[in-house]
Amino acid sequence: MSESERKDSPEQAAFRAQCQTWLSENHPGRPPVSIPQGALELSDPAAMAWLQQWQKSAFDAGMIGCDYPTEVGGGGMDQCQSIANQEMQRAKTPYLPNIIGMGMAAPTIFFHAQDDVKAELLPKLFSGEHIWCQGFSEPGAGSDLANQQTFAEKDGDNWVINGHKVWTSLAHFADWMILLCRTDKEDKYNGLSYFVVPIKEALGKGVTVRPLIKMTGQTGFNEVLFDDLVIPDRYRLDDVGAGWKVAMTTLAHERGAGPLTTPASGGMATEEESGVSVGSIGSLIDLAKSHQRLGQTAADDPALRDEIMKLMIRREAMQQNTRRSGVPALTDHPMRIPLQSKLVGTEFNQDLAEVAYRIEGAASTLYVNDDNAPAGGQWPLAYMNSFGVTIAAGANEVQRNILGERVLGLPKSK
Amino acid sequence: MAEQPKNFGFGEDEVMLRDSARKFLADHCSSDKLHRLVADDYHIERPNECVWDQGLWQQIVDLGWTAVCVPEAAGGIGMPTVAAIALAEEVGRAAFPSPLSVTLGATFVLNACDSPEATMALTDIAAGKATTLAMTDETGQWSSEATTVQVNKDGGLDGLAAFVQDARKCAQFIVSARSEAGVDLYLVDADAAGLSLSADRIIDLTRDQARLHFVNVQGVRLTTSGTGANAIDAAMPALLSLLAADMVGAGEWLLQTTVEYAKTRVQFERPLGFFQAVKHPLVNVMLNIDNAKSLTYNAACAFDHDPGEALKLARMAKSEASDMAVFSSSRAVQFHGGIGFTWECYVHLFFKRQMHSQVMLGDAKYQRALLADMVIGKAA
Repeated sequence: MSESERKDSPEQAAFRAQCQTWLSENHPGRPPVSIPQGALELSDPAAMAWLQQWQKSAFDAGMIGCDYPTEVGGGGMDQCQSIANQEMQRAKTPYLPNIIGMGMAAPTIFFHAQDDVKAELLPKLFSGEHIWCQGFSEPGAGSDLANQQTFAEKDGDNWVINGHKVWTSLAHFADWMILLCRTDKEDKYNGLSYFVVPIKEALGKGVTVRPLIKMTGQTGFNEVLFDDLVIPDRYRLDDVGAGWKVAMTTLAHERGAGPLTTPASGGMATEEESGVSVGSIGSLIDLAKSHQRLGQTAADDPALRDEIMKLMIRREAMQQNTRRSGVPALTDHPMRIPLQSKLVGTEFNQDLAEVAYRIEGAASTLYVNDDNAPAGGQWPLAYMNSFGVTIAAGANEVQRNILGERVLGLPKSK
Repeated sequence: MAEQPKNFGFGEDEVMLRDSARKFLADHCSSDKLHRLVADDYHIERPNECVWDQGLWQQIVDLGWTAVCVPEAAGGIGMPTVAAIALAEEVGRAAFPSPLSVTLGATFVLNACDSPEATMALTDIAAGKATTLAMTDETGQWSSEATTVQVNKDGGLDGLAAFVQDARKCAQFIVSARSEAGVDLYLVDADAAGLSLSADRIIDLTRDQARLHFVNVQGVRLTTSGTGANAIDAAMPALLSLLAADMVGAGEWLLQTTVEYAKTRVQFERPLGFFQAVKHPLVNVMLNIDNAKSLTYNAACAFDHDPGEALKLARMAKSEASDMAVFSSSRAVQFHGGIGFTWECYVHLFFKRQMHSQVMLGDAKYQRALLADMVIGKAA
């Protein structure tokens, strides 16, 4: 029996057993189409549809939204989402496609929307029938998120929205968007308001979604343009001018530091089907042992051995930091480790991919469409893609400001 | 993998021990007092004296700190390894000059000896007899086979042991010596006939270090013939973790002290910490300390609960802590600016202790080379 099982409450233990039974009989199996490394890279509608079907069945089995009240489509349980997540991970299920919906939109709606809006939106969010995207970043508002220029103007019981959002992952599939925008041009922080916007039904009627092509040559995210889009006032979350406060709820959950646990499955290695393994220390060592570079086996190069061991140590440290952060007596500041996770995790993945392409030597020049590319060209691709996450969700420079200011107590840089 | 406690073994007693040690050392070994004690004379050619507060040592012996990991059967307290780690971390945080950490290390070697002689030595340690390990040669090799001390045909010890830590503060030594059967461990009294000690002149003002010269020195053999290296190997994860913990504690002192300075020192009309060129590296120091701390607790926990994994995990901890030690101390001096470069600023005490700790039992690259041999396999 694992550590986590030993401390299950009776409700959690019963639910865990229920999840195990269901998963043993209802694993969706291998996908019929190619699935990318993460949900934010989804571009094939068939892949999206297959993953939505998986999310729907997991929702119907009670494993999504477990800790939300039943009135909003949840399971009405106490701290059971983490149980479902553990069991889905253990069963090596595919990931859930509506990750922005569950990780950011759901807790924000739950804490800030009016009751009928919660009941209207959350069930289809949890089931994955509605895909959500996030309308925060703008051409002039990246790290400086409060510099929003998209404007919502009150018009009777409606709002009229004009503006330009960028780096909008999943917008090409999204039914709904969480939108941060300006309602007062005079006050930077208190002039922001927060809305939920039905973008799919407004395509061509005030909403335009255009793909942005990543440096990898792949599509992945989008820009979204608003041209006199009209939405009702009931889709406003919290007060006019309270948008920054509401956005903090979103960001806290995005960083894994909010009160609600995000539904998450995964563990099904998407690379298995192509015979390529990326993303772990074991796969890095396998690559080094099998790859010849500069006339010798890469694993015999002392400099590369040192780099691989550095990564292995960091990986172990991440796990042990998570373990220690659960023991209050062993952490000086409760947010010291949780606030590191985005920064540390994304830089680890970037450095892992960088070491991998250096292991490949001259052959790292070959891309995914070259038959001779080692590991199918996935490592250089992973390296390039890794910058998406060291920049997104608060660039890591901003993360370092947050840690320096909130944890170390250094003066605000801005 | 064996089940490990989620809290690494830090129960109420271990946390209480850590907190009381932190308070005791803050009260009795503040940086101010420490500087007056060990850095009173800056002259490079000052007399080579061993400076420490023996009255404080007696107090911590009375508090039971030397007994924490001595088994109850030998008159100790028999706490988990993290108890010793917690003490070592607090010793590092205070840069406390004492033979405590080496004596805790000796405890783990003796625990691995499994002999009546070792049990007696453990009883003496619990009662406060400071003990250190003499295991390496003039080249500073850290394998358990590295000794150049020989057991002569009469059973006496001949030769040289180098880099013996806190030797002048200790009343006895555990000496690894080569015999025809392999390596044996001997317990040797500091005033044994034929033993002479020459103190090194070291940079770290908070420790001492010496060479021991042996001329037919009589000692008590602690291990069955030829098994001394096994005892050192068995204790090695704990020895590495103790050093890592010291660096974690010293790293926290350096971080907190530098953060306080960055909040108060004003240049260009701003506190230094406003500038991201200062703020971001300080965050990086924090990240590295957290890694080293978690890895150290994990290694110590594995030493008790998953011994097969302990050496690998301890080398990870020592590697991370050693790199952190260099980084935390370099950033502390640099961000204290001109004052940080002076003798009067306390930072140099911790800088020097970190430089010393990081190389003991092998630096970060050495640990990673051995790790790679374990994990990847030896290079062709």
